[in-house]
Amino acid sequence: MNTTFGKRLLNVPCLVWSSIFIIVPLFIVLYYTFSDGKGGFTLDNIYELGLYKDVFITSIIYALVATFICLILSYPFAYFLTKISPNSQKMMVLLVMLPMWMNLLIKTYSWTVILDNNGVLNRILNMLGFDSVKFMGTPGAVILGMVYDFIPYMILPIYTTISKIDKSYLEAAADLGSNSFSKIKRVVLPLSLPGVLSGITMVFVPSISTFYISQKLGNGMILLAGDIIETQFKIPNYPLGASMSLVLMIFIIISIAVMNKFGDNDKGGIMI
Amino acid sequence: MNKENIVELKNISVSFDGEKILDSINLDIKDKEFITFLGPSGCGKTTTLRLIAGFLEPDEGEIIFENKKINDVPAYKRQVNTIFQRYALFPHLNVYENIAFGLRVKKLKEKEISQKVEEMLKLVNLTGLEKRSISTLSGGQQQRVAIARAIANHPKVLLLDEPLAALDLKLRKDMQKELKNIQQQLGITFIFVTHDQEEALTMSDRVIVMDNGKIQQIGTPQDIYNEPENAFVADFIGESNIVDGKMLKDFYVEFSGSRFDCLDKGFEKNELVDVVVRPEDVDIVPVGQGQLVGVVTSVAFLGVHYEIIVDIGGFKWMIQTTDEHFVDDKVGLYIEPDAIHIMKKSEYSGLYGDYSTFSEEMYEMNEMAEENAE
Repeated sequence: MNTTFGKRLLNVPCLVWSSIFIIVPLFIVLYYTFSDGKGGFTLDNIYELGLYKDVFITSIIYALVATFICLILSYPFAYFLTKISPNSQKMMVLLVMLPMWMNLLIKTYSWTVILDNNGVLNRILNMLGFDSVKFMGTPGAVILGMVYDFIPYMILPIYTTISKIDKSYLEAAADLGSNSFSKIKRVVLPLSLPGVLSGITMVFVPSISTFYISQKLGNGMILLAGDIIETQFKIPNYPLGASMSLVLMIFIIISIAVMNKFGDNDKGGIMI
Repeated sequence: MNKENIVELKNISVSFDGEKILDSINLDIKDKEFITFLGPSGCGKTTTLRLIAGFLEPDEGEIIFENKKINDVPAYKRQVNTIFQRYALFPHLNVYENIAFGLRVKKLKEKEISQKVEEMLKLVNLTGLEKRSISTLSGGQQQRVAIARAIANHPKVLLLDEPLAALDLKLRKDMQKELKNIQQQLGITFIFVTHDQEEALTMSDRVIVMDNGKIQQIGTPQDIYNEPENAFVADFIGESNIVDGKMLKDFYVEFSGSRFDCLDKGFEKNELVDVVVRPEDVDIVPVGQGQLVGVVTSVAFLGVHYEIIVDIGGFKWMIQTTDEHFVDDKVGLYIEPDAIHIMKKSEYSGLYGDYSTFSEEMYEMNEMAEENAE
C-alpha cells in the first residue's frame, strides 16, 4: 500500500462523519426552508420570517450586550492574569476552564436556584431586611446567564494572545518613553486584537443562538430566535424552523467573516 | 563626580536565584564615547546594559546619569534608548510608525513627526520604505529601522545589545562602519555589547572586558590587545601563548627554560608570573640563532599567513608566519623584548594559552556554540 493512499484512508472516517452529521443535516435544513411540507417548492417560509423580525433584533441586541459585557470583564482580567506568577496563572486558567467542563443546562439551571423569587439571593436580601427582588424573567437575568456561560470563551483567547506577546516589545515601548498606560494602548491592545476578535466570535455566536438560557432565566418572558426555532421544531413546523435556522446561520457566517476581515493584518492569532 | 562622565556605575551587584550575575561593578562612561562591553555569554554584559536602560534594578550600588542617581527612575523616563538584540520592532506597525513611536508618545505635532521620520530614514538609507510592514524587511533593513527608531528620540546614550549578531559577516562589517559613522555624526554616547572581539576592537574608543560578572580590564583596544591584564583577557582577545614565567628582576624574565629581556618592571624579585606572547610576534629562525628550540607539530594555511603549532618542551605554541614550514621541522624561535608581556598571576592562570588541544575544527565548533548560546 503506498503512503498517500494510506493517508487518504485515514481521512475516510472523518469525511464520513462530517458528511453524515454536518453536510447532510445542512441540506435537510436547506430542503425544509424551501418546502411547503407536501413536497412542493415555496418561498412562503422566507416571507413568514418577517413576522419574527423583532425576535431577531432582540436576539442580536442581547447577544451584542452579552458579548460586550464579557469583553469589558475579560480583558482586564486576562491582562492581570498574565502579570501574576506562572503557577498562579496555571491555577487561575484552570478555574476559568472548570465551568466549561460542566453541562450548560446544569449551569443555567443552578442560576434559577439562586435567582428565584424564593431563591438564595432573595433569602439573603430578606435576611438583611430588604424586600424580595424579582430577578427571573428580566433581561438582566438572561444577560447574566449568557455572560456567565460564555465568558471563559472570551477570557481564554485573550489571555493566550496577551501572554504570547514578546516581552521585548514591552521593553521597547518603555524604552521609547511609554508608561504603563501607553504601553497597553499602543502595544498590548493592538497585538492582542486577534484574541479579542476570536473571543468576540466565540461569545457572540452561542449567545445569538441560545434558547435554554432565555427559557430558564427569562421565565418564558423573553423570546429569542433560538426559542422560536425550538418551538417550531416541537410543533412541529419544520419548514419555518429550518428557514429561521438558515437565516441565523447566514447571520453568524457574516459576523465571523467580518471578524476575520478585521483581524486580517494580524497573523498568528487564534481565528475560528 | 566628574562632569565628563555621562554614566557612572558604583559598586553594582546583581543576583538571580542566588547566583551572582554582576559583582561590584565600578565604571565611568564618558560623554560621546563609543564604549563596548566584551565577554563570553553569561559574563554579565547584557545585564549591565539592562541596568542602564532601566529594565532591571541592581541589588546593590548606584547608577548615576549626568551626576544624578537614577536607580528609581523608570525606563520610560530615562534619556537612553536601546537597540535590542532581535530589534523588537513592533509587528503591528509599519516602518514609518515604528520610527514615529517614541515621537508619538511624546505627543509631537504630526508635521514634526513626519519631518523627523524622513530625516531618520535618510540617515539610515531607507527612504521610500515608509509604508512597508516589518515582516517584509530583510535582517539588515530591520536593523536600520531599529537604529532609526532609537535615535529619533535624541537619546543622550544609545545602548546596543549585540545588534549585529543576527547579520551575516559582510553585512556586519558594513554596519560596523555605518554605526561608527552615525555615532560620530550625532555625537552621542554609544554603549555597545558584543561577544565578538574583532567587532569590539574595530569600533570602540574603549573596551570593557567582562567575565564571571566582573570587569577584567578596561582600556583602549590597543591597551587591551597589547597589555592584557590577565590570562583571560589575553586569551579572549586574539590568539595568545601564555606560559608560566619567573621575573628574575626588572626587565628580565625566565620562561620555557630560557631567559629574555623584556620591557616590564615593578614585580617582586623572582615573582611567578604569566607571560604572553602573541603568535605574530614570534620569529622563526635557524635553530642556532633562536632563544628557544621546538618541533613543528601542525601547519595550517590561512591565506594571509600560516598558523603553525610548535612544541617547545611539551608546551604547544601557536606561531603565525608567512614562510612555509613542515611538520617535524626543528626550528629556532626568536622573541623581541617588546613582544613579551608580563602579567600578574590570577585566577585564570594556567587555564588558557596552551595550544596542545587546538585544532581548526574545535575552534570552529566553539565559535558556533558561542554564537548559538547568544
